[in-house]
Amino acid sequence: MKMKVLSAPYLVWMCVFIVVPLIMVAYFAVTTDNGSLTVQHLADVGQYANIFVRSIWLSVIATAICLVVAYPIAFLLSRMEKHHQGTMLMLVMLPMWMNFLLRTYAWMTLLGNNGIINYLFGLVGLGPYKLINTSGAVVLGMVYNYLPFMILPLYSVMEKIDKSVIEAASDLGSNPRSVLFRVIVPLSVPGITSGITMVFVPAISTFIISRMLGGGSNLLIGDLIEMQFLGNSYNPHLGAAISLVLMAIILVIMTVMNQFSPDDQVLI
Amino acid sequence: MENIVSLKNIIVEFDGERVLKNISLDIKDKEFVTLLGPSGCGKTTTLRIIAGFIDPTSGDVLFDGERINSLPPHKRNVNTVFQRYALFPHLNVYDNIAFGLRVKKVPEKEILSRVGEMLDMVNLRGFEKRSVQRLSGGQQQRVAIARALVNRPKVLLLDEPLGALDLKLRKGMQTELRRIQQQLELTFVYVTHDQEEALTMSDTVVVMNNGHIQQIGSPTDIYNEPVNAFVADFIGESNIVNGSMPKDCVVEFTGRQFECVDKGFSPDETVDVVIRPEDIKIIPAENAKLTGIVESVVFKGVHYEMIVDGVDHKWTIHSTKYEPVGTMIGMHVDPYDIHIMKKTKEDEGTEL
Ligand SMILES: Nc1ncnc2c1ncn2[C@@H]1O[C@H](COP(=O)(O)OP(=O)(O)OP(=O)(O)O)[C@@H](O)[C@H]1O
Ligand SMILES: [Mg+2]
Repeated sequence: MKMKVLSAPYLVWMCVFIVVPLIMVAYFAVTTDNGSLTVQHLADVGQYANIFVRSIWLSVIATAICLVVAYPIAFLLSRMEKHHQGTMLMLVMLPMWMNFLLRTYAWMTLLGNNGIINYLFGLVGLGPYKLINTSGAVVLGMVYNYLPFMILPLYSVMEKIDKSVIEAASDLGSNPRSVLFRVIVPLSVPGITSGITMVFVPAISTFIISRMLGGGSNLLIGDLIEMQFLGNSYNPHLGAAISLVLMAIILVIMTVMNQFSPDDQVLI
Repeated sequence: MENIVSLKNIIVEFDGERVLKNISLDIKDKEFVTLLGPSGCGKTTTLRIIAGFIDPTSGDVLFDGERINSLPPHKRNVNTVFQRYALFPHLNVYDNIAFGLRVKKVPEKEILSRVGEMLDMVNLRGFEKRSVQRLSGGQQQRVAIARALVNRPKVLLLDEPLGALDLKLRKGMQTELRRIQQQLELTFVYVTHDQEEALTMSDTVVVMNNGHIQQIGSPTDIYNEPVNAFVADFIGESNIVNGSMPKDCVVEFTGRQFECVDKGFSPDETVDVVIRPEDIKIIPAENAKLTGIVESVVFKGVHYEMIVDGVDHKWTIHSTKYEPVGTMIGMHVDPYDIHIMKKTKEDEGTEL
């Protein structure tokens, strides 16, 4: 009874800010301007299949790179002495304190045709290379911006792995490689799944990164949705339909992911 | 018999604090050695040196005569039953026990039979698929024993492996471990702070205190001839009083002189006099050198434990004869039951 009273504010909050908007998105997606039901917008989403494929593909690559880069960082972090961990963790978070736009602008100037990187290449007689406005630049932007979201959940599960369990494994004859694959990786699965979620979801729906680093040729779902609401091709019904499909895709992917988590540690 | 493990002048420091202070110990092949001592005396640290988790600050660790100071744990033919179990939380009971065999790429068929054998031994048949996080403390402890023992290492290190078990299960496992150790001819280095366990199971008992080895000997040696008051007190209860030796075979304590069998002390050297509670006999007060008033009586099953106030000292007596509280009694101790020990400074080991 008491629990119910206490949870009331949260229930209201969830209704107003989560459930209602969701219903509105769904409503917009299946109605026309004059309010009649239609599946036309949802059917129209099919035209943009190539953009969906590109978005999924680029964010999968970015997520994979994040995982590979973040894993050793998180591991080393978790095995450091406790009082060093705090400082290092702050360094990991530091870029996140800077404005997202600013960070991405910085990459624009770095990667530009007359940017610093091409300038440096020029000094040794190479280039200039086309770095900006490529899908590679978009992936780079995603990795750079979302890497901390991979490191943090990995770190927080690894930090909880008991040192004595690692000792037990080497006591039983495991060399460091086998300790990694038989003990540390299986025990960090919850961190891996939640890290993937935290990187993949914002990456697949981003629009700033692709706009600034990808030029016009690397349109992502996020850009597409934005265009329906703010751009020339104003069409909120189509925008809502695209959002709905995107949400469904994310839901399917996350459900598949959770199959890999141990049953008592399902995360989203 | 050969020495399988030797520790030579081991010193271990943590952040400048000395935890092991010059430990030397030889462990023979197929021997059951028990490290016995109070909490914090360095038992676990000694095991960790042998297992390879700690590099000693100075000193040598030998295995089969070879120096192995810098050999990593996974290359040592030693397995450990950890004090806090350290089971793999992501694996079930079966996979925990099979871990070491899988690392060594033993065929699954052989793993099945060897793990099965272990499950029978620790009484956990039927628990194979259970997650180790859903076991009781005692069950986890038994998995830890099985997980180490299944590898049949030359040397098995057991850090208080029966601490979480109830008395009956503990007695059963004691017998079982001893049987396995003898049958498979393994070397056991066993840590406990239960002196009874140490005395009943071991070939050799190593009594430790404060980072020093106090005494190494067979259980009977340790019990009957403790080298100092600490060992005497730690191995079974003892009455310890200050005394002095006016001359050979005479000891003075509580203001009176008694006949004893020890010699070789310098005249009037101060000593510790140790008398076991079961060695004090109750006699009529009239013709007794030692007298006192019974202060409390507790029935202990086989005997009564009485505290007797003898003015200079409160004596603990174990006797089958009941004396009511308040009675004045006499006490007698035979000369050979009076143990005389050199005084040791608190922080010192006995040179061996
Ligand atoms: N990693 C460490 N860092 C600092 N001090 C330590 C460390 N490990 C042990 N010590 C200290 O070393 C001493 C001996 O510890 P050890 O664990 O060997 O005791 P023990 O005899 O096994 O005790 P118990 O019976 O309580 O298990 C203790 O005073 C302990 O505080
Ligand atoms: Mg210990």
